Amino acid sequence: MELYRHSVRLDKGKCVGCTNCLKHCPTEAIRIRGGRAMILEDLCIDCGECIRVCQHHAKVAVSDPLSAINRFRYKIALPAPTLYGQFKNLTNASSVPSGLKRMGFDAVFDVARGAEIVSRAVAERLAQPDCPHPLISSACPAVLRLIQIRFPELIDNVVDVRSPMEAAATVARSEFCQEHGVRPEEVGCFFITPCPAKVTAIRNPIGHEKSAVDGAISMLEIYGLLSHQLRRGSVKNQDEQARLTALGLGWARSGGECACLGVEEALAVDGIENVSHVLEAIENDQLPDLRFFEGLACSGGCVGGPLTFENVYIARNRIRALVASLPKDPPTATVSEDLHEAMRPLIGFDRPVRTLESMKLDTDFKSALAKMDRIEEIVKKLPGLDCGSCGSPTCRALAEDIAAGDAKEMDCLFLLKDKVRAMAQQMIDISGQTRD
Amino acid sequence: MAVLKEVFPVAAEDFVSAGEASAQIKRLLKKLGVDGGVVRRISIASYEAEINLVIHSLGGQMELQVDEKEIVLIVSDVGPGIPNIELAMSEGYSTASDDVRMMGFGAGMGLSNMARNSDEFNIESREGSGTTIRMTFLLS
Repeated sequence: MELYRHSVRLDKGKCVGCTNCLKHCPTEAIRIRGGRAMILEDLCIDCGECIRVCQHHAKVAVSDPLSAINRFRYKIALPAPTLYGQFKNLTNASSVPSGLKRMGFDAVFDVARGAEIVSRAVAERLAQPDCPHPLISSACPAVLRLIQIRFPELIDNVVDVRSPMEAAATVARSEFCQEHGVRPEEVGCFFITPCPAKVTAIRNPIGHEKSAVDGAISMLEIYGLLSHQLRRGSVKNQDEQARLTALGLGWARSGGECACLGVEEALAVDGIENVSHVLEAIENDQLPDLRFFEGLACSGGCVGGPLTFENVYIARNRIRALVASLPKDPPTATVSEDLHEAMRPLIGFDRPVRTLESMKLDTDFKSALAKMDRIEEIVKKLPGLDCGSCGSPTCRALAEDIAAGDAKEMDCLFLLKDKVRAMAQQMIDISGQTRD
Repeated sequence: MAVLKEVFPVAAEDFVSAGEASAQIKRLLKKLGVDGGVVRRISIASYEAEINLVIHSLGGQMELQVDEKEIVLIVSDVGPGIPNIELAMSEGYSTASDDVRMMGFGAGMGLSNMARNSDEFNIESREGSGTTIRMTFLLS
């Protein structure tokens, strides 16, 4: 099995072993061991909640430094739609591509355009008679991994279309090579990312073997440099402005994909807890009329990504204003028939999305039953306060860790206190029974 | 040879916690590594059962029994009972109030959904005392 490389990591030197990240991890993928947080890689979905809540900035996302682009002779920037919501007084959207070029990129291809290409492909899937109900968006890699771990029964509902970032890289590279007569391997495509899950998705794509993207640079990393370039204004080039359209850019916000598809009976949900709740409802068949589900791990959508600079509400509002100023052509108009056809063999999945069995107590059903029995016994002894002091997120999680041999009952401070008290009483009793 | 037995109480008209018992059951089955298709069927059936208890009964419980061969879900309540089971089993029949329908429940698919998703379905009801449903889901 291939090595899974997470983007979310721990900076040990900064971690004080508090329980903030432990209590907020939506997949219970964190433990505190030896006074430091530890990420259980099998359960981590790279959503970045821990990065947001850590007051000591000990949770970090490992992305590529800007200098990584120098590995390639030609460099293309793929800005996420979210980037356009990060700057004050962005009156001319074309100044963003201009700024990126001044930073060393040879070309800029908006992922918003990739989003339109994806939307056209997804709309085609939706129109097929055997389309699963509901079709689930594949855009957010954190949600995809959540489905792999917690909702394996819904894997077949995930649309087998790659993400906008992949579509953008594929088209950008091919256009650049054609235009300049260079070889594809000389061209590096770099995603300007709002989130760590995308960084992981480039290293370990879900649904396809290889990513067309060569690296991901965090928005925070380039924010200062780019905002400085933006103050210098845009170059006189109207081409790039004309390429950005409302529906593609709208993907930065929750609901953007649904709007781009233009289907009724579509539901957009943001925030990983909310997404989990609605996936539960889909699993229970509570939403039989739903045709499309867009789930985004971050509150507000990608504008709420942990690697963004601007507050999510402010960024959302900027995107809204920018969207209102742009032409609202549907993907059938913005993505030409030729491009749509050319992308057809490239945009689909080339391998199945696997079920991840990281939730299982044991691979053997009989052993799993025995462990569950033991867990229920231990849970009865624990105080049920879910305080996290033992280093596991809840009392139940501690019971599971004990059953797995990764923790001890005395890790619970309350059980320890009872034990100490009982021992103290024993000492008193013993001293009363001896001669002075 | 029941190996694992868990009881989940469900309170009448408690819409705040409605769905929690079936969510716990689902989580437990996933932890055990029960086949996804079976988990899905139990999810649908247990959710319907739980909502039924909340809406129609005066309170009850769901008991989950798991062994290597099968999973049994016994849903029992104290309540008015079902006078005509055959009628209640027919799709679209519901005695739910308008208030409950406004919440999106009471489509009259509950019992038939439970029967459709389980491998064995057994219902016993006594008017004025309560209803017991026993659903079996075969493993492998």
